[in-house]
Amino acid sequence: MTAPHSFVEIRHAQKSYGTLEVLKDISLNVERGQIVAIIGPSGSGKSTLLRAINDLDPLTGGEIWLDGVQVNKALPHRQYEKHINQMRQEIGMVFQHFNLFPHLTVRENVTMAPKLLKKISDKEADKLAEEQLDHVGMLERIDYYPAQLSGGQKQRVAIARALAMKPKLMLFDEATSALDPELVEEVNLVMKKLAQEHMTMIIVTHEMDFAASVCDRVLFMDQGVVVEEGPPEQVFRNPTQERTRNFLRKHLEGAK
Amino acid sequence: MGLDFSVLPPFYGTLALGVLWTVAITAASAVLSFFGGILLAVIALYAPMAIRLPFRFLAWLFMGTPLLLQLFLIYFGLVQIGIDLPAFVAGVIGLGFHFAVYNSELIQTAMIAVDKGQMEAARTLGLSRRQALIKVVVPQAVRDVIPPIGNNMIALLKDSALVSVIGVSELTLSAQRAIGQTYRAFEFYAAAAVLYYIINLGMEAVLRWFENRNRLYR
Ligand SMILES: Nc1ncnc2c1ncn2[C@@H]1O[C@H](COP(=O)(O)OP(=O)(O)O)[C@@H](O)[C@H]1O
Ligand SMILES: [Mg+2]
Repeated sequence: MTAPHSFVEIRHAQKSYGTLEVLKDISLNVERGQIVAIIGPSGSGKSTLLRAINDLDPLTGGEIWLDGVQVNKALPHRQYEKHINQMRQEIGMVFQHFNLFPHLTVRENVTMAPKLLKKISDKEADKLAEEQLDHVGMLERIDYYPAQLSGGQKQRVAIARALAMKPKLMLFDEATSALDPELVEEVNLVMKKLAQEHMTMIIVTHEMDFAASVCDRVLFMDQGVVVEEGPPEQVFRNPTQERTRNFLRKHLEGAK
Repeated sequence: MGLDFSVLPPFYGTLALGVLWTVAITAASAVLSFFGGILLAVIALYAPMAIRLPFRFLAWLFMGTPLLLQLFLIYFGLVQIGIDLPAFVAGVIGLGFHFAVYNSELIQTAMIAVDKGQMEAARTLGLSRRQALIKVVVPQAVRDVIPPIGNNMIALLKDSALVSVIGVSELTLSAQRAIGQTYRAFEFYAAAAVLYYIINLGMEAVLRWFENRNRLYR
């Protein structure tokens, strides 16, 4: 087993559901501060790959490394639970449907995990919530409940909730797909801000313009394999693979 | 012999004490049945087979046999194996567990209905499964079933009359004692019925308060 060199390393990731192989030997390196977009048709395995990184959907083969530590290392059950809970604190995740806790206020959504896992005081927690919510422009709604927010506001709170754990890596799974078109921009702006702050991010998205403007690298996935990978200019302007060209063409037509 | 409600006033003290005991045993059993219901629901859904099966058997026993018999077993039966519980405690355990089983059925259904994304979001932040259950899944499930749990609690209040048979001086037994001295069955049972109804109204007010507090959340 060789020591990892990149900040995030996915080595020969393989995932099967029964006889259905949804990830076929995928490898990917992401450097600290890099932003990688994953694009591809529905069902190609993008979510599965993203959710393998924090072991929400465990791989059936391969390794995930973050900052020199193997995320999915083989350990006895109890030890593994401890290890993975620790790792997950360092990996923020944002979901398509926000998954805010509806029974908690915005403030409580943000502070619950830090209070529970980092044993910070109520005062520190309040300060943390205010900082993080200010960062995503949601400070005024700090004592609202999620049901009282728009989709874009919910997603911004969900990002603040993830950031409050001070993660090393952020994962976004179609963070703007469930939003009304007019609410997409406010979430994209927050993500762009994170990009400027050099947050390492892996972003599954179907917004090609957004991917082109913020990402260092784009991965095109289809049927469980990485078909094409490169800087956005190359993947979007001069794709070398037929499948990439087809996907982009269909996508363009769909967007019209 | 007609009805004569003037027999009541000398027994106001007795009846008031009965009301107090009824409220006390109902409140204690309600609390036990609530938290017991949550615990049973978590066990039913998440515990390993070796723990789940005995509890399922116990739940089946509590649901499938008369509460009266359960009270007899706990109060008179356990003495034989050296467990001599005060009547009040035996009553609370019997009523509490009986209704915990019913509450657990409701809570289980509600826990299953909590969106899977909730557990995922909590685990993604680094919470253990246990922490996620306690902080995220159970609180949402419970909020969803407050009205039907409230119905169970009202049934519990009415069934609390059964503990009179093991000698807890609650409202029904107090009325019976007064009848024993005056032979005025109608007057005292009617008085007890009115008092139960008033306690019931109080309980409904408390439940409505809980429900209203909840409405803000959704
Ligand atoms: N729990 C599961 N059981 C079986 N098949 C699954 C499961 N989750 C995802 N899949 C399958 O894996 C494939 C990839 O899914 P997914 O990663 O969600 O794709 P994408 O995010 O690219 O749309 C799909 O064919 C999907 O049907
Ligand atoms: Mg997906």
